[in-house]
Amino acid sequence: MGVVVWPSSSSSLLRDLIKLPPLCAIFALSLAAYVAGAFGSLASWRRPVLARYLCCVAGLVGAILGGFAAVLGMIRGTAAAWSIPSGIPLFAYSFSYDALTGFFSMALAVLVGAVSVYSFSYLKEFEGKRNIAFFGFLYHLLLLSLTVVFTAANAFLFLVAWEVMALAAYGLVTFYYEDRETRRAGLLYVIMAHIDAGCLLLGFALLINASGSAEFATFRPIVAHLSGAQQTAAFVLFFLGFGIKAGIIPFHIWLPAAHPVAPSNISALLSGIVIKTGIYGMARIFLDLLGGVPSWAGLLVLIIGVISAVLGVLYALMEHDLKRLLAYHSIENIGIILMGLGAALIFRVAGHPQLAGVALIAAMFHTLNHAIFKCLLFLGAGSVLHSTGTRNMEELGGLIRPMPITAFCFLIGAVAISGLPPLNGFVSEWLTYQSLLAGYRATGGLTRILFPLAGSMLALTGALAAACFVKAFAITFLALPRGALSRHAHEAPRTMLIGMGWLTLACVSLGLGATWFLASFNVMTEQLLGQRVGASLITNSRLVLSAGTPRGGTVSTAVIAIGLFVLLVPSILLVSIGTKRFGRKQTPVWDCGLPGLSEENEYTATAFSKPLRMIFSVLYKPRREIQAVFDVSPYFPKEIHFQSQIEPTFEKRLYEPLREFIFRFSRRMRTIQAGSIHAYLAYIFVVLVLLLLFGVHK
Amino acid sequence: MTKVLTNSGLQLVLALLVAPLVSGVINTLKARLQTRRGPSVLQPCHDIFKLLRKGMVIPETASWIFSAAPYIVFGTATLVALMIPMTTTHAPLSLFGGVLAVVYLLALGRFFLALGGLDTGSSFGGLGSSREMTISAIAEPAMMLAIFTVALGANSTNLSEMASAAVSQSWRFLAPSQMLAFAALFIVLITETGRIPVDNPATHLELTMIHEAMVLEYSGPYLALIEWGSAVKQLVLMTLLVNTFFPYGLSADWSAQAVAVGVVYYFAKILLLACLIVLVETTNAKLRLFRVPELLMVAFILGALALISTFLF
Repeated sequence: MGVVVWPSSSSSLLRDLIKLPPLCAIFALSLAAYVAGAFGSLASWRRPVLARYLCCVAGLVGAILGGFAAVLGMIRGTAAAWSIPSGIPLFAYSFSYDALTGFFSMALAVLVGAVSVYSFSYLKEFEGKRNIAFFGFLYHLLLLSLTVVFTAANAFLFLVAWEVMALAAYGLVTFYYEDRETRRAGLLYVIMAHIDAGCLLLGFALLINASGSAEFATFRPIVAHLSGAQQTAAFVLFFLGFGIKAGIIPFHIWLPAAHPVAPSNISALLSGIVIKTGIYGMARIFLDLLGGVPSWAGLLVLIIGVISAVLGVLYALMEHDLKRLLAYHSIENIGIILMGLGAALIFRVAGHPQLAGVALIAAMFHTLNHAIFKCLLFLGAGSVLHSTGTRNMEELGGLIRPMPITAFCFLIGAVAISGLPPLNGFVSEWLTYQSLLAGYRATGGLTRILFPLAGSMLALTGALAAACFVKAFAITFLALPRGALSRHAHEAPRTMLIGMGWLTLACVSLGLGATWFLASFNVMTEQLLGQRVGASLITNSRLVLSAGTPRGGTVSTAVIAIGLFVLLVPSILLVSIGTKRFGRKQTPVWDCGLPGLSEENEYTATAFSKPLRMIFSVLYKPRREIQAVFDVSPYFPKEIHFQSQIEPTFEKRLYEPLREFIFRFSRRMRTIQAGSIHAYLAYIFVVLVLLLLFGVHK
Repeated sequence: MTKVLTNSGLQLVLALLVAPLVSGVINTLKARLQTRRGPSVLQPCHDIFKLLRKGMVIPETASWIFSAAPYIVFGTATLVALMIPMTTTHAPLSLFGGVLAVVYLLALGRFFLALGGLDTGSSFGGLGSSREMTISAIAEPAMMLAIFTVALGANSTNLSEMASAAVSQSWRFLAPSQMLAFAALFIVLITETGRIPVDNPATHLELTMIHEAMVLEYSGPYLALIEWGSAVKQLVLMTLLVNTFFPYGLSADWSAQAVAVGVVYYFAKILLLACLIVLVETTNAKLRLFRVPELLMVAFILGALALISTFLF
């Protein structure tokens, strides 16, 4: 491991900069780009146009540099580490750049590139209305903290970056602060973010206590000396901390509240990469620093993954707010990622590094894929919102005609997130299936039954996600416009289309070229699991993806795509026979004898998900209210009001009582905080005496 | 490479020709069992050829999605037909997609067909799409559990490997796990092909139809592609059922004699399964839509039992 320790004297800084390895230099430059973006846009707060240019250009430059560094980090065999002492005990600016870091930084770079280009036009409508300078500051602060979270090799540096990330995200979530809903969502977000930061602080305190240092590298050797209880505590604390950030059920309630209310380019980053910091943290702590967790813990991760996936998609189905629907799908996909990660943790302990590698690749590849298509879908939703001004799907419809390119990009994202071949979502779900099936062979006891059962739940998730995206795409983009808002829609400006097009291209190329890409996981699996797994997944001259076991499953998305294109030829020939003689005729849709079909006859999002609402009524506890207004007879109503809602089970059953308890407890505590300065001085004195006694006793 | 292409061509022709025939056989047998004369066995073929030579009526409200859906339905169904072993254990494209690819490719076709149904703006299309996506989603876990049971036995999700494993233990279907998995997959087959008691392919009544509602606005060659694609999909699912559980007559090579024997066995097996479907269709009434999940729950439990019994025995 090449460690560069900078002397603290700044006189030799320039000389050191020249001697730095290219990876470190490019990384430092990308950080500098974000810092320049942050303060540059803040400095130009009187000139919004300049602030917008600075914000987007610095973001793009930082993303390109960060992408270069990420690629270097991913292919480099050994981790690069460098450290600058800070003078504060336990705290140092330590960075380490290994394949895991490189992978997440690459996902970040891909997304930031797209979002920065997209924002160029998207921020235009803020000019003169909102503070673009402050937006740019928070945006770059978020990017900077994300970059540091992925590279930090010191627990306190990590925690500081983690906290800055949460605060920057809070500022961006509440950017439309005039809305009461936004402020409430922001408050919920910041509370949950601090609960997770608290868990992480305790978790790191436990490790620091054992090792005497806050450097990540010193944690690895002490794991063997931790007692069973300490290991359990460390796992629970880190799993809670990272799990809340990732949005696992039952700690998910902030996610569908906070992500939709942010500006759409920020929603794309929040769902695309910010929640993935939780996944990064789990991989870093559980696989790298702790070197594995007990098998019950792996099983717990797997089960939480299954629950999050199934419930996430079921709640998504009931949404007709386009952005909330996408936010619930983030919970679902985090569940799918955790299925792979849980399997990897179990195999690691069971002594199957090869299988653990396949499962880890499945989880990581799905992380990247979800980052890309979820960012794409949120940007698409942002274009719709930009053009129509509403997120409510029941008022949209028919947007494929005014917004053809946005519709196409959204469709590609929808197919990819539904896990349908030949796009990237299919490849990572396929790998997840394969590792779950392998789990049945690799483990003993009754728990092995859980693996195929988890696989069947993954199938349910995939099929429900497909149903949900049929709804999301069709109700938003197809058929007739459902309101005046969508009738006057227009296509998004060019840079927004470029941002989405770049991600669309990434979805398609990661799907068709999966075998070319997966080889790059070799270094990561070698560093984390001690075995090069990526290449063993690829057979038949890079065309076919295999499950890593001899005679196991194989698939080739490239051949599937070619096959579909080749089979298009006979069907086009068949169709041309008929149309050559009689042509195509455009007529109105059959209207059952009514005077013309209008948008009122169309199926709505609520109607589309009605069968599922009935079938899963145990979960949803749906309520509906129908009021008919009539003059003479109830058979001839003048107007009918229909209201339908589902019970938010977690909010009502879990968080409501918790909130009640906290309020009751706080009211009790009020008695000791009576506002008397004498009482407070007495408290301070008592605490001081107790602390002194404690110190003497020790 | 050339071998893969010729084999693909042969299997493609076989699937495309046999698929409408199977639908015809089922219709004729059903009519005979109900003491009607019924249409000729070739009726679905006649229908498809007639539709192909007709003009098309496209709704004004429809976008390009409406026109793309038939091609995707037909393309995915025929591609899947090349991944599944029919007359020999070696499917031409088996290497490029196992049973998971088969299931997900069929889902891709369904995804676009459901979009096509919603694209017209007619409420029937939306109704059909909603029901189709719901029921197929509920059927998916049962299907996967049953498939996993077989795949775990064969230690592969590759259909050729699964068929070879079945050939090597030709009496394996008597094992409890295989019988339970067969029962689960049979229920899924009934569901996915839209037959009684889940859906009635013969009706155009808005309260009951599922698949037919979705394709209501299609006409001419597009309808022909969808009908033909659906027939191929039905054949694929039936083949999956007969060849993974009853691998008789499947040989490992593509010699003329082996293929001939394979074809004869294959027809016999498909015919027997068709008879079973006809029996189920004639002796049952169509279920109410909200009773279908219960049936699929039965399939799911059968699949879970199948899995647990692999573990026990």
